[in-house]
Amino acid sequence: MISILPNIIFTFLLIISVGFFSLNIRKLIKVIKLGKAVDRFDNPSKRLSNMIMIALGQSKMVNKPISGILHLIVYIGFIIINIEVLEIIIDGITGSHRFFSKIFNTYIYNFLIASFEILALLVLISVIVFWSRRNIVKIKRFLSAEMKGWPKFDADNILYFEVILMLLFLSMNATDLILQERNYDNYYSAGSFPISTFLVPLFDSLSTSSVYYLERIFWWSHIIGIFFFLNYLYYSKHLHILLAFPNTYFANMEDKGKFNVLESVKNEVLLMFYPEKASQNNQNIDKFGASDVLDLNWVQLMNAYSCTECGRCSSECPANMTGKKLSPRKIMMDTRDRLEKVSKNIAKNKGKFIDDGDRLLDNYISKEELWACTSCNACVEACPINIDPLSIIMDMRQYLIMEESSAHPDLNNMMNNIENNGAPWPYNQQDRELWIQET
Amino acid sequence: MKVPILSELKSRGESPEYLFWIGCAGSFDDRSKKVTKAFIKILNKANISYAILGKEESCTGDPAKRSGNEFLFQMKAISNIEILNSYDIKNVITTCPHCFNTIKNEYPDLGGNYNVIHHTTFINNLIKDNKITISGGFYKGKKITYHDPCYLGRANGIYEAPREVIEKLDAELVEMKSCKSKSLCCGAGGAQMFKEPEKGNEDINIKRSEEAIKTDSKIVAVSCPFCNTMMSDGMTSKQKDIDVLDIAQMIEKAEDL
Repeated sequence: MISILPNIIFTFLLIISVGFFSLNIRKLIKVIKLGKAVDRFDNPSKRLSNMIMIALGQSKMVNKPISGILHLIVYIGFIIINIEVLEIIIDGITGSHRFFSKIFNTYIYNFLIASFEILALLVLISVIVFWSRRNIVKIKRFLSAEMKGWPKFDADNILYFEVILMLLFLSMNATDLILQERNYDNYYSAGSFPISTFLVPLFDSLSTSSVYYLERIFWWSHIIGIFFFLNYLYYSKHLHILLAFPNTYFANMEDKGKFNVLESVKNEVLLMFYPEKASQNNQNIDKFGASDVLDLNWVQLMNAYSCTECGRCSSECPANMTGKKLSPRKIMMDTRDRLEKVSKNIAKNKGKFIDDGDRLLDNYISKEELWACTSCNACVEACPINIDPLSIIMDMRQYLIMEESSAHPDLNNMMNNIENNGAPWPYNQQDRELWIQET
Repeated sequence: MKVPILSELKSRGESPEYLFWIGCAGSFDDRSKKVTKAFIKILNKANISYAILGKEESCTGDPAKRSGNEFLFQMKAISNIEILNSYDIKNVITTCPHCFNTIKNEYPDLGGNYNVIHHTTFINNLIKDNKITISGGFYKGKKITYHDPCYLGRANGIYEAPREVIEKLDAELVEMKSCKSKSLCCGAGGAQMFKEPEKGNEDINIKRSEEAIKTDSKIVAVSCPFCNTMMSDGMTSKQKDIDVLDIAQMIEKAEDL
């Protein structure tokens, strides 16, 4: 009698893991929606093509060729090997073995399994190189101050996970191959195993029943590992594998030099200059700028969850490379950390944020960091998925100046000059033509 | 030097095709005043119908906005737009990428819609349309590197116009380690021009100047008054005898205007 117990256990695990994951994703969407409104729904065809080029096509990743190509391998491997995960899930639920071998013809199935194996090996090699870049070569951008503790642990965890999953996958195939050769039970010949065939000698001396149990252990560990990894995403920087898509879709498409004209200020200024054009029912004037995460818009909040902490932004940042405190990556990491805390506060207090005496400004991001920015857009340009740290920096500067009047002292002089003389320097507007007479 | 002032032209019933927006640096900074004059000579040579605002010109508000002072920015913007619209201005040329970016990108939402042209694009078009001719020779074979201003390059995607002008001068254009979309800032943007840099281990303009020095160029071509200051200061502190020249000044010298 074939017991259906494993199928029941499998289906139960599948439901639990997909269910828990969906629950977290729903939570994530809710948190992102805490952000202020911003219209990023215009021009869907251009947005779609950006997403296809940048997220799906990885066009900005290859700006750094070594990590770009390695990443491409892991990315393609991830997508293609998912076809195999689908087969594993069908097998798990129905109790079939290598279900696709029955619906595809032999050549196609062999080709599929062989390509999964080759990709698995390439992923394994890439991940080992990635690990070495972080832990042996010690590339500078992986060692900055903000990369201590959890970020470092998280980054390494992901790599260990991928190594374990690939090894389990190849070992599962190797033991399967042995069982196929020994004509064991329903392990009929299916698939081509160009890589795992090299692992066969490891298990070949074992008895058939041992190989069978090993094959089951590898099969189960592999899929349980995948379920676990799926649920790890939500807690990790690895969320980028999902959020890269909406993140590039909803990214700013205007010229990078164009900063938003603040509508709340516009109305105030219109009231001064042209009261007839100003909106009269502007009762609840917003706070100007951002001092905490709830002052940011939803795209900025999504940016924070999409960031995978690669540090390309910070390594291109002129302030960062000359030893200033500013690191655009840290801006994104701080925003996410603070948002996590705020969203937990809101969840605990039945949908309302109760002041916790903490805020993004000062407690996470210092004024010194904000004043170090040259607004050069190098970070925005460098981000492989179009995250915009500069917009957060500018929003926070607006708060510093317009709400706290705590401008950098040098800048106060400049602004006084602009206000009084129409130039950032102490020259009189009436002298603007003097240069014509000078020789 | 005779420079047409818009209010005077208007009183005579003339309306020039272009407004040359000089900018604060172009009006008051010694280095930039030379660039203003060089560009005026080019406009005259090409017989362009233009005028300047003179005493009616004021700061665009860019440094205020980049500091975070949206109020001051919008106040400056709205009063500037009022003046520009009262003269029915259609085309604005500027030698400053910051003025260029602000008028082009941030004035439309406040009611100011103009065709804004940076002087490097304008000069390149003059050469293409044969309105000025470059005899070449002066810079023949000289190594010149070009520094992209952030607010022209990354901010607005203009990388080629200034390079095309340099190439038409018969010079040998050599690129720095980081250029075009990956160009390194001079350190002056985002209102840094008007404050001391934050604590660090190096100044940004020194780092950029080092990149320029490594190209072994005789001239660093710039197209922004702030980059001009930062790169010139960088060369001085590195004690290098390398000229920092705006694209307009290079044409002025080459053509002996």
